[in-house]
Amino acid sequence: MLNAEVLNNNDTVGELYARFGASSFAVQACPDNTPTLWVERSQLIAVLQHLKNQFPMLLDLFGVDERLREHKPASAKDYTVVYHLMRFKPVAEIRIKASVCADDISLPSACGIWPNANWYEREAWDMYGIEFSGHPNLRRILLPPTWQGHALRKDHPARATEMAPFSLDDEKQQQEQEALLFKPEDWGMQRATDDTEFMFLNLGPNHPSVHGVFRIALQLDGEVVVDSVPDIGYHHRGAEKMAERQTWHSFIPYTDRIDYLGGVMNNLAYVMSVEQLAGITVPDRAKVIRIMMAELFRISSHLVFYGTFAQDVGQMSPVFYMFADRERLLGIVEAVTGGRMHPAWFRIGGVAQDLPKGWDKMVREFIDAMPARLDHYQKMAMDNSILKQRTVGVGAYNSQEAMDWGITGPSLRATGFDFDLRRDRPYGGYDQFDFEVPTAHNGDCYDRAVVRIEEIRQSLHIIRQCLDNMPAGPYKSEHKLTTPPPKERTLQDIETLIHHFLNVSWGPVMPAGEASFPIEATKGINNYHIISDGGTQSYRTRIRTPSFPALQQIPLISNGLMIADLIAIIASIDFVMADVDR
Amino acid sequence: MSDLNTIIFGLVLIGGAVGGAAVLTWFERRLLGIWQDRLGPNRLGPFGILQVLADMLKLLSKDDWVPPFADKVVFVFAPTAIVVAMLLGFAVVPFSPDLMIIDINIGLLFFLGMTSLAVYSVLLGGLASNNKYALLGGLRSAAQMVSYEVFMGLSLMGVVMLSGSFSLRDIVEAQSDMWFFIPQFLGLYVFLIAGIAESHRLPFDLPEAEHELTAGFHTEYGGMKFAMFMLGEYLGLMLISCMIVTLFFGGWLGPWLPPVVWFFLKVFIVICFFILLRCAIPRPRYDQLMSLGWKYMLPLALLNLLVTGAIALSMEG
Repeated sequence: MLNAEVLNNNDTVGELYARFGASSFAVQACPDNTPTLWVERSQLIAVLQHLKNQFPMLLDLFGVDERLREHKPASAKDYTVVYHLMRFKPVAEIRIKASVCADDISLPSACGIWPNANWYEREAWDMYGIEFSGHPNLRRILLPPTWQGHALRKDHPARATEMAPFSLDDEKQQQEQEALLFKPEDWGMQRATDDTEFMFLNLGPNHPSVHGVFRIALQLDGEVVVDSVPDIGYHHRGAEKMAERQTWHSFIPYTDRIDYLGGVMNNLAYVMSVEQLAGITVPDRAKVIRIMMAELFRISSHLVFYGTFAQDVGQMSPVFYMFADRERLLGIVEAVTGGRMHPAWFRIGGVAQDLPKGWDKMVREFIDAMPARLDHYQKMAMDNSILKQRTVGVGAYNSQEAMDWGITGPSLRATGFDFDLRRDRPYGGYDQFDFEVPTAHNGDCYDRAVVRIEEIRQSLHIIRQCLDNMPAGPYKSEHKLTTPPPKERTLQDIETLIHHFLNVSWGPVMPAGEASFPIEATKGINNYHIISDGGTQSYRTRIRTPSFPALQQIPLISNGLMIADLIAIIASIDFVMADVDR
Repeated sequence: MSDLNTIIFGLVLIGGAVGGAAVLTWFERRLLGIWQDRLGPNRLGPFGILQVLADMLKLLSKDDWVPPFADKVVFVFAPTAIVVAMLLGFAVVPFSPDLMIIDINIGLLFFLGMTSLAVYSVLLGGLASNNKYALLGGLRSAAQMVSYEVFMGLSLMGVVMLSGSFSLRDIVEAQSDMWFFIPQFLGLYVFLIAGIAESHRLPFDLPEAEHELTAGFHTEYGGMKFAMFMLGEYLGLMLISCMIVTLFFGGWLGPWLPPVVWFFLKVFIVICFFILLRCAIPRPRYDQLMSLGWKYMLPLALLNLLVTGAIALSMEG
């Protein structure tokens, strides 16, 4: 089997075997060829600590409820926690899994190894009730503190109709009200020191500059932020739970709404994972169409970033120009997909339709006009001395800190770390394209903007290559799990008709297994870890988004600065609350 | 002017100033729209000008609400103060040689005094709201306006030296040979910046700073009380523009056209310039604004005073 070979030739796994003994590990074969090892709870921390030297980033940490899983790996007990680690040069990933029984549901915390494990472990506790011993602050993170049960457990209802009707009696209302009361001590804040009394400011969840429903509690001394604690979960819609009741195909529109500025970029991350699982190879035309649309959305997302970035440091006009450009861009998206922000247009095995007539003219007009406009914006916004004063040297972190906190994408490249999955581990046809990976040096607010703006230019360059070299051929794979399956031959032979009928009515049945596929999305690495139990629905869909760890890091870079700086930092991070809460 | 005429003119002026401020809200939105590659309010009436009426109706029909946690008396008083102070400031503006309410020999000081009073409005509004954002806005306005006040006054002393009078009519007449913006370009520069800070408009709208403090000092205000703040802000903008024209651009002076037309033409251009500034420049941080004031503006104003004084002395001697 391919997977065993890969594992045996893997240096990391070899080292682990040498250090801890091969019998400490159980290997799970995954269709995506990522080494996946099960370890016992007693050895978990030692193994992770050992791996930290080679894998500086904890890409993801999540729970799985294994209780109803039919094709359960031999080592799985009731609940599993998956540690997904990544290194960058050369790119490699490894998954470590540890399983616990329902009656002893505790694992040691990894917060001491990777600081960003903090929120991930809180999420795993929130969703599955998995306890992490040694965690400094194991509270609910996405669901409200008064929530009953753990929402992603298989026995927790997925819909309101599966629960008793909701009613809010006086007692319950009282409880809910009390849960909202702000007690600084609960947030790890001091009310006063000997000579200063602090003011607490509740910034958000409704505030003009937090880009959605994001709350950050501030401990202020005058206008100086002494301490800040981000609070998320106001945009939580349970996308991961929904994935477990949608078919593989019908989940695609939900992915659009994860990073709602990224449009088809989300589709791409999802369908790539499913295709890994199903073993589908996508034809060239579909690949190039996907890259073109994904890069268009990268531009769209970065334009929104650019405009709101300038707006949040108090510059009124740029945002209107950027949104006008984005409008032109969405016009192209509309012509091609029929949708605008949420096109839901990629399909398992290809895309929904072929490109419409005249697409090339529209795209060419857009990419011809953009560079001059970007030059104009450069003068208008980025070269402005007040904007520089507000952002240069504000909210800086270095590459090492970025690694520790799981920061990826443009925010990582702004620290001077030259890494881009599109170039360093090309996927979906990116190896055929010529583009630069822009980086900056200081990792401050200004540099984060500089990198993104240069990425717009690079994306234009990629789109031009798509335009000039669009291959002919089918826009959808011939594979039997391609959804919806090709219709042309269905009326000629009964086998194809049956397949078509089943795949369209029930949805495709994906082979049991696990796969994930990290891609370079607009804001960083986006990864769907999907587990199929051999059904028409996903057994577990885990969505790793770049915005989630970025928010966790805010206190690190903003404590000690002023409120206005905090706003500049928030603007420069480029997050979307839907991408954080999912 | 006779007393009756003065009273009539005063009433006309109040009406004109308030009406002008209302029209200015529409005008600013249209102008910003043009500069920002969009339309602005263009639906209601010719060029959308009736938007002003619709806005007024909307604001008038809003619930006159005072938050239960606010200091009620001060909360209501604050927005009135700014409008009254700004309107009083118009009393000394010379629109033409004989079109002004009163020509007092300390006209310039009166103007400075009235703009200073307006600070209380913002400050008290911020404090009375009993809201943290408003408090921060109030704090910012106190620091910002008090410090900008200092060199706002200083920057005008050069003008006073050259004309030898505090009376605004005398100052305009002293410019018949040369408008003061040439010898007093430093004074103009400092006064312009202080003027924006005084009227707390973008880029110096830190007390309001939508992106940081939601709406700063007027976070808790709505309906007519909010409208009063806005009215005060636009009156302030007009008043500052009038003063810039009076003090540096020769007031009503100009060939061919009647004096009053010249005056309004110049004021119009200065207002457009203020709107352009709002459109183009980002907002500095609070401490940056402070250090700009004390480290650059104040020395500049003093230097201007020194040089002007030296030249004035040497020319006399």
